[in-house]
Amino acid sequence: MIKEKYYISDFCSIRDKKIFKNGDQLHIDLESDNLKDFAKGVYKFLELKYPKFHKMDELCKLGFLASEVLLKDREKVDRDTALVLSNRSSSLDTDRKHQISIQDREDFYPSPAVFVYTLPNIIMGEISIKNNLKSENAFFVTENFDTDFMSNYSKILMNTGKASNVICGWVDLDNDKYDVFLAFLSKKGEKELTKEELNNLYNQ
Amino acid sequence: MKKVYLIADNIISPLGFSTEENIENLRLNKTGIKKVDDDDIWSKPFFGAVIDNDKLSVAWNTISNDSVYTKLEKMMLLSVSKLLTENPSLDITKCGVIISTTKGNINSLRGDSDEKAYLASISKTVQRYFKLDHTPVILSNACISGGLALAVGKRMIQSELFEDVVVIGGDLLSEFTLSGFFSFQAVSTAPCKPFCKNRTGISLGEAAASAWLSSNKKNVTEEAISITGDASANDANHISGPSRTGEGLFISITKALKEAGIESNQIDYITAHGTATPYNDEMEAIAFNRAGMKSVPINSLKGYYGHTLGASALIESIIARHCLINNELFASLGFEELGVSEPINVIDKNHKKELKRVLKTASGFGGCNVALIIEKEVS
Repeated sequence: MIKEKYYISDFCSIRDKKIFKNGDQLHIDLESDNLKDFAKGVYKFLELKYPKFHKMDELCKLGFLASEVLLKDREKVDRDTALVLSNRSSSLDTDRKHQISIQDREDFYPSPAVFVYTLPNIIMGEISIKNNLKSENAFFVTENFDTDFMSNYSKILMNTGKASNVICGWVDLDNDKYDVFLAFLSKKGEKELTKEELNNLYNQ
Repeated sequence: MKKVYLIADNIISPLGFSTEENIENLRLNKTGIKKVDDDDIWSKPFFGAVIDNDKLSVAWNTISNDSVYTKLEKMMLLSVSKLLTENPSLDITKCGVIISTTKGNINSLRGDSDEKAYLASISKTVQRYFKLDHTPVILSNACISGGLALAVGKRMIQSELFEDVVVIGGDLLSEFTLSGFFSFQAVSTAPCKPFCKNRTGISLGEAAASAWLSSNKKNVTEEAISITGDASANDANHISGPSRTGEGLFISITKALKEAGIESNQIDYITAHGTATPYNDEMEAIAFNRAGMKSVPINSLKGYYGHTLGASALIESIIARHCLINNELFASLGFEELGVSEPINVIDKNHKKELKRVLKTASGFGGCNVALIIEKEVS
């Protein structure tokens, strides 16, 4: 059994056109009327200069932006920081776009630029590239954010030395409805990592 | 750390509906890849490894009369049912269950209701069918899913979340995936030829498999085979192209060896990813050379099964277990002449060899890589 204590050092969420970090509202955008514009607005708000962002699908944009918010005030991120993400809808948002492109045999136009995003773990690839994280990745699909399993699995990675820290969370997008929550887990912090605490912060 | 044993397994593939039948066909160097003429998958004939629907129906009817299940669900449920029948002491209701799949019931996107396209629907189906106490967790991590699921299972057992874990893997050869790989111009016009100079891309396949992991040695009935090391690392380089230096794979291998407490020269056999795309095979050859493994016998089983995505690394690990038990190696089907820039020792003929340790690797989109050390206990 894991006896060592781990902590939720930082956490953030993107929901209903608002961004929160450690419980404080960081950004609100009530003007944008679609996710693409909202994501662009957050990109500008964070003053990012990262052309790869514009090639990402909407799910990756959400996960990527949340990781930028989460890691914003850190000078550098240890390259053994693992990524353990989950959601309900996998990559269905982009799967549907690929499906539309192959639905009609007479009008058949599958694109590699779309197809590559038909896997949910691509989000972690994008975050790894940006932060040079050559670390453990795992993407789980569950009906709801399973804080019991996710906190256990994150602890296992740190406890077995497979990761120094873990970015753990929920990045879901389905038919324009999105829900994003990330937590930075490490040996430092004030909020002890338990499934209850993770659940509380997710539901804030 | 607790030892985690690979106790038993099953494979449902075009090469058979039991592990034994699969092994028999590997011994005969038979491939499941053939010219497929099925308008439901593709408008023109193509090379792939598909499970015959009639054969699956016959096998399915031996366990159930219920036809509400999709092809993939039938493959997975059949695989686990066979595993349970052959291992009466396995009580799956108390086990941790991990399901590895990349696209699940993706064909459901073509119909009126896409409810089954949600991957968690498979989790519910499996839980209901086997009346499980715990909801299975789905791992969807591109082409390393099956190997990573074994690693996750091992870690869960070692952290005492469960004493036993069942890993289930499966994916279909779908129009969805095939069209995507065609758009990348990555599909071979003949059965795929991993590591070969004449390789022209992948062949896709479909399969399901299941494996029982346990820390309880009493469950071991054949030779004791355990997973002694595992690691995964991202390339942090490109989302669809493998790293030119094999960085993530090299890190994965190094860390897995370290956990197993062995050096690279103690590996007797590598069962590689070997998709037969030009860049993937090249990247693997570079990583194996960096790890000091250029002379270790190596094969890819993609020439037998095609690339079965979420099932592939699980099936290849299961075959590795049986290679260890039987002390045998299978030819890397499709290989004629080395077609990578760094030397590797591709197995060209089936042969007997005393084996103690196997390295299993996989790499996938998103820059992900995994390495497992599978080891035989010598009494």
